[in-house]
Amino acid sequence: MSPRLRWRKFVSGFMLTMTGVCAFVAVSVLFVILGYLVYHGGTSISWNFFTKLPVPVGETGGGMANAILGSAKLLLLATLVGVPIGFLGAIYLAEFSGGATAFVVRYAADLLNGVPSIVIGIFAFALVVHPFKHFSTLAGGFALGLMMIPITLRSTEEFLRGVPNALREAAMALGASKWKTIATVIVPAAYRGILTAVLLAFARVAGETAPLLFTALGNQFWSPGWKQPTASLPVMIYTYALAPYEDWHRQAWAAGLVLLGLILIINIVARAILSRGIAVPRS
Amino acid sequence: MHATVRPALSVNLPPIVTNAAARETFAGLTMRMTVSKVNFFYGSKQTLFDVSMGIATNKVTSLIGPSGCGKSTLLRTLNRMHETVRHARLEGEILLDGQNILAQDVTAYRRRVGMVFQRPNPFPKSIFDNVAYGLRINGSKLPLAEAVEKSLRHAALWDEVKDHLQKSAYELSGGQQQRLCIARALAVEPEVLLLDEPCSALDPISTAKIEELLVQLKDLCTIAIVTHNMQQAARVSDFTAFLLIGQLIEFNPTPQLFTTPADPRTEAYITGRFG
Repeated sequence: MSPRLRWRKFVSGFMLTMTGVCAFVAVSVLFVILGYLVYHGGTSISWNFFTKLPVPVGETGGGMANAILGSAKLLLLATLVGVPIGFLGAIYLAEFSGGATAFVVRYAADLLNGVPSIVIGIFAFALVVHPFKHFSTLAGGFALGLMMIPITLRSTEEFLRGVPNALREAAMALGASKWKTIATVIVPAAYRGILTAVLLAFARVAGETAPLLFTALGNQFWSPGWKQPTASLPVMIYTYALAPYEDWHRQAWAAGLVLLGLILIINIVARAILSRGIAVPRS
Repeated sequence: MHATVRPALSVNLPPIVTNAAARETFAGLTMRMTVSKVNFFYGSKQTLFDVSMGIATNKVTSLIGPSGCGKSTLLRTLNRMHETVRHARLEGEILLDGQNILAQDVTAYRRRVGMVFQRPNPFPKSIFDNVAYGLRINGSKLPLAEAVEKSLRHAALWDEVKDHLQKSAYELSGGQQQRLCIARALAVEPEVLLLDEPCSALDPISTAKIEELLVQLKDLCTIAIVTHNMQQAARVSDFTAFLLIGQLIEFNPTPQLFTTPADPRTEAYITGRFG
């Protein structure tokens, strides 16, 4: 073997090893986080966590039932705000608007997507909290909903655009109006992608803390209705993890695990739904 | 001076129907659709120039010509699909059963004139739902199952799919998919069926099946087909129109056009000197 060939073989082997190591590092970060969370959260979680209210420092056996319910309510509101606006806006962008309008809207959505979440929180504070002089579930849901809009909008638009034009023509040639074409052919053909997009947006805001700090605030008790401050899992994790109490740290780990589990379950259910039905083959 | 003929439903045929035999053939016909002095523009670019012709009732009319000659554009205007394209403009008059097609409600109109495209484009739905689509969106009161079976039989596809109507349309072969698209178009019982190079993406056996089908479908509806395959035009059609850079060069009964073309350009094209 000539020295040159030996050198080449060495470089080849070295680069192959490096790419493999980097791939492994990327994946292992995720697994370390997951493992750590499952380890600490798993040992701290108990039935009480899901059913009891938080207890004062020193007492044991409290839970975060109010935060779980609070998060669920916030996410429900966020979905009600973000998904319809993002979805219908995407239909307009993909199917109706001309080049210039679409460009402006798309650009604005990308900017909105890049706005730090704490700024979204301040915006919601100014718009919903300040005029009513009250932190509330509504304000928190509104802030999270704002964050969902650009994510839903942009990815839904991409998936709608991905539907082959041949299908639009086929429907219209059969006498379907534009709206009927969209409702009966285009959206059904893209619904897997759209649902995935909505879930990604949902998962993204489910873990958001900053926009909730001065909108939903936090609450040690149940929050009836929509006009009271409410506890939520991310804010609870934030508060409990920073506190100097060992017991609260354990609660924070448990909350992290529950949040993760929630997102995981939603993902799995969605994938199960997605695996049914007929997909448009890539051509 | 060329003689022009006025067939039963008046159409100003271009001055290219020349000999006595052709005139006789045209004289006995009714025209389901007539195209008069159609000019077509994409933005400022004109792609059709003063095209006038007729689509004879219950016959197959084929449009041939080299790529970019405007044959697909002409076909698409017959179904008003050009309106889905920005900056497209049509001048002139197109009549269906004597009525101006541009004056009608576009969705109602398209139900009367079905279209099959170059590549099979079934919806991502089951075979049954594909065929039933046109009936459903039009709120048809017909019993769906019967109508679907009838259309699939017309498209010569029933025997191949009757046991798995609920399967995805994408599980069918390309040729079957194209026949499914024909069945889907037939389900709404159109008066005219337009086909835009329906076999260009298919193998010879599938092509033969579709050609055979077209000849049978004549009794059911009027057919216009764009093809770049001259042999196909010769095999399936009763009348052939030859277009060249946006102009209708010759429109004659198919046997005449292919055996005794009236225009030297037609002859040059069919003998393979260009195109």
